[in-house]
Amino acid sequence: MQRLEGLSKLTGAERYLDDEPLEGPLKGCLWGMTVRSPVSRGKITRITYGAGFDWSQFVVVEPSDIPGPNETYLIENDQPVLAPGYVRHMHEAVVLIAHQDRNLLRRAVASVRVDVAPEPPALDFRLTPRPDQIQRGSDNLLKKLQIRKGNIERGFAQAHKIVEGEYETGAQEHVYIEPNAMSAWIEDGPTGDVVVVRGSMQCPYYVLNALKHALKRDESRVRVIQSPTGGGFGGKEDYPSTIALHCALLTLKARRPVKIVYDRSEDMAATTKRHPSLVRHRTAVDQNGKMLAQHIEVILDGGAYVTLSPVVLSRGIIHAAGPYTCENVLIEGKAVLTNSVPYGAFRGFGAPQTIFAVERHMDRIAAALNLDPLQVRRVNLLKDGDTTSTQQVIKGGTDRHALLDQTLHIANYDAHKREAEKFNRTHPYLRRGVGVATVLHGAGFTGNGEVYLNSKVDVAGRPDGSLEVLAASTEMGQGTNTVFTKIAADAAGYDIADVFVGTPDTFRVPNSGPTVASRTVMVVGKLVERAIDELARQVGQNGSPLRGPALKSAIQAWHRANPESELKGRATYQPPPDVKFDDKNYIGDAYATFAWGVCVAAVEVDLRTAAVRVLDFVAAQDIGKVINPVLATGQVQGGVVQAIGWALTEEMKFKDGGMHNNTLTNYIIPTSDDVPSIRVHFHENPYPHGGGGAKGVGELPMDGPAPAILNAVAHATGADPRAIPLTPERLLPLLR
Amino acid sequence: MNVLMPTSLAEACTLCAKHPGVIPMAGATDLLVHWPLRQAEHDKSYLDLSKLSELRGVRWTADSLTLGALATYWDVLQDARIASVFPLLPDAARQVGAIQIQSRGTWAGNIANGSPAADGVPVLMAYDASVTLASAHGTRTVPLRSYYTGYRASVRKPDELIVSIEIPLVACDFAVFHKVGARKAQAITKVGLVITRLASGSQRWRVVASSVAATIKRCPTVEALLNTGTPLKAPADLSAAFAADVAPIDDIRSTADYRRTVLARLLFHSLQGVYDGAAAP
Ligand SMILES: Cc1cc2nc3c(=O)[nH]c(=O)nc-3n(C[C@H](O)[C@H](O)[C@H](O)COP(=O)(O)OP(=O)(O)OC[C@H]3O[C@@H](n4cnc5c(N)ncnc54)[C@H](O)[C@@H]3O)c2cc1C
Repeated sequence: MQRLEGLSKLTGAERYLDDEPLEGPLKGCLWGMTVRSPVSRGKITRITYGAGFDWSQFVVVEPSDIPGPNETYLIENDQPVLAPGYVRHMHEAVVLIAHQDRNLLRRAVASVRVDVAPEPPALDFRLTPRPDQIQRGSDNLLKKLQIRKGNIERGFAQAHKIVEGEYETGAQEHVYIEPNAMSAWIEDGPTGDVVVVRGSMQCPYYVLNALKHALKRDESRVRVIQSPTGGGFGGKEDYPSTIALHCALLTLKARRPVKIVYDRSEDMAATTKRHPSLVRHRTAVDQNGKMLAQHIEVILDGGAYVTLSPVVLSRGIIHAAGPYTCENVLIEGKAVLTNSVPYGAFRGFGAPQTIFAVERHMDRIAAALNLDPLQVRRVNLLKDGDTTSTQQVIKGGTDRHALLDQTLHIANYDAHKREAEKFNRTHPYLRRGVGVATVLHGAGFTGNGEVYLNSKVDVAGRPDGSLEVLAASTEMGQGTNTVFTKIAADAAGYDIADVFVGTPDTFRVPNSGPTVASRTVMVVGKLVERAIDELARQVGQNGSPLRGPALKSAIQAWHRANPESELKGRATYQPPPDVKFDDKNYIGDAYATFAWGVCVAAVEVDLRTAAVRVLDFVAAQDIGKVINPVLATGQVQGGVVQAIGWALTEEMKFKDGGMHNNTLTNYIIPTSDDVPSIRVHFHENPYPHGGGGAKGVGELPMDGPAPAILNAVAHATGADPRAIPLTPERLLPLLR
Repeated sequence: MNVLMPTSLAEACTLCAKHPGVIPMAGATDLLVHWPLRQAEHDKSYLDLSKLSELRGVRWTADSLTLGALATYWDVLQDARIASVFPLLPDAARQVGAIQIQSRGTWAGNIANGSPAADGVPVLMAYDASVTLASAHGTRTVPLRSYYTGYRASVRKPDELIVSIEIPLVACDFAVFHKVGARKAQAITKVGLVITRLASGSQRWRVVASSVAATIKRCPTVEALLNTGTPLKAPADLSAAFAADVAPIDDIRSTADYRRTVLARLLFHSLQGVYDGAAAP
């Protein structure tokens, strides 16, 4: 099936918010912009509006204009909507300004001076904060979590060898093609005026909750609509709540529609990034590389506010032990406050960071024991019946050993390795190598998260017999609409031309949960199927669910009998049987299921410039069932490219705690010239509780490439790189 | 934004004299970068050169190649003779931005912009090009190697326009262009090196380095070392000579140490098999 909005995106006919004409509800709209903090921490002493502007012509919003609490509703509500006289990170929003003339507005905003009495910021999450840097509790910790299995001391006592290592990953910017953008206007409603917010987002109901909280309105007086969204990757999970609130506040004050579109450098400087991490491994092994104890310490830089860090940390530690089994495990995780932009959701959500560490560590264990890195993986790899660090019993019938062997075969691993070693003996300055990573990714929310979400999907049967899927899950370039159409058509026995997917609009669609965590196809897709069952039951006779043309005629007949009425089938999430997680002690089924993957990277290092080029890349994964091969392949290839950038070039540079290289010129994402053809292989093993048999695919591809590439660089050069991005500037000294 | 649109070079020179501070505009690929954010630039006056057809294209004479001030990278890529006589021009042109920029950006704009990371300038300098400037007071020609006087500063007076770039037809038997960027395309040069060797004579080597000093620079000390046939056993043997010619810094794109090391390694490895004094690696 062709991607539904593929052609309009290809031809440029699809319009993002910034491209849309200022018509309809946006007629006469003002542009909104944000005055931001010039420093990382301190008390605001004065705000001076520049001379030379007629400020009566501008709409200005300060914290006192917020009807409800000055809080961005999320896990802890500690992030203000506008800095309440005190700033905690560079580029934090201080004042909002709107005007009809965008250029005049830019000048006016630039004229505003925010004076801050600076206080010492905490900028390096790896260091113990000094007393004058403490801003939360006694230690600046945002969250602390632990996983304990067996007794590591017992494992260390039996060790043939103990291998230690410290691994670091950097911040990463999402670089969605469309920067954050939002519009807002006011409509009349039955119970009073309604604030309507329409914009680029992943999670309409997160935005709705944030508006309800800070604007002190119930859901009949706020409405959130998604506009065509140019990518998210997690960057539009929580941030849209902030910009939506800004837009709504300006609209409420101006009583006119308002649009805020960040330009690229503002988006890069002021919005969330992937959490930087430091992971320490201490592992007891026997002669064969079998792990007897894993002691892992995970530290994440959380940035200035709690935002999503507790759940990123949670996913991070659950994935920290890798796809291996070990009797004795202790994983200690903490997320630390620093005075930088809050780190947030990004494809993989903590797992890529900890998997980078464990997969690089596996190769270093092999080196320490003088073993083949594949052997060390094989003796530890999970088999069905084995348990993970949370004592989850792995089942489902995927043979991870076979997947590894098959991937090595597809990748021509042995030949690559032999040829690289031969090539390296003769070439004056190029060195080649191959590296492997074996990975897992838990799909859906962690632990009981899906139960708490209690997601709902409606499928409407329309008078002409066609179906409309109503869910809050968003299309942002990944193919939600196409896949929902296919899943619904298959479930109903319909032609895809008779299936529609409604635009996420909180006045029309139920809360199917956020569009994150690789959960859309697996969890929400299953709800689409069940909602169709429910609909078919409603129009069927004596409970027999109708399908195909019979269903279509029954829907038409229902509408003839019930004119002007709505026909909907609803499904609400039910956890698969036997899935149990103790979220206090982190014991049990952390995820209903895992997706599995193997990556093989072949690289070439230029000893003249220390530049690393990826020559060949194979990504194999078990994602249950492939619903749409082109889209699934695209997810894997896109994820691999994003991971290549994270591994090699995407370095976020800071100046005084703010992003300094906040342009696409200086923040280096790969171009098509920088990536090899990425060979994707799917291993199918349908998952009975996933939509169409699918498990999550979106995030897994981000997990393996960085360690596979660094393992390949180590093989090529004999160097021992342990931090990413491995820029040439960082690799050069390791090669000397 | 005030834009003046002369239709002849003479008119353009008059406008330059009449409007001190007017900014010449060719392809505008430098001038318009981040335009919405640079509000102060909106208030200035611009001299749009696009109607000056006499400045377009490339011309051959018996002893030189002339690039008009409006000649683009694309114009150079279209000329088969350039590819055989001055192969580094298309080599560099292909590495500027991508097709969109190559078809709008001009060689003269690259020179006038004065970035120490420019890619067009170093190959022109390695072919010993000169720049012709015109104003209401007349024209003059200056060698490109002495055009720059400091970071983004040059001998060009505010009322002067670059009208052409001349490259003498002198045979080279070795020529190489290196651009080290942070990625393979759409990258700003972190370290650049161009080497040419004249087919005959005693001062045959020309070495031009970019992104390692306040301007693109010929490296006379390194050239002298090569011209005298000093034996080279390792990249480090070039370090002292480079230190006399360039002064790399740490900045947002790289480090001084990286630039220094890579520059020497690139030159050393480029010389293998062509430089008599070079030792096998
Ligand atoms: C996406 C992108 C990628 C790029 N990649 C590269 C790259 O890889 N390598 C590289 O070197 N550059 C690159 N550039 C920079 C730019 O394209 C080049 O420097 C180009 O050669 C500039 O030419 P132009 O005609 O566009 O100059 P303009 O922008 O029109 O002018 C540049 C400067 O020169 C002055 N000027 C122009 N013509 C004259 C004249 N005749 N007389 C006097 N002054 C004049 C202008 O006043 C201005 O100061 C890139 C730019 C962009 C936007």
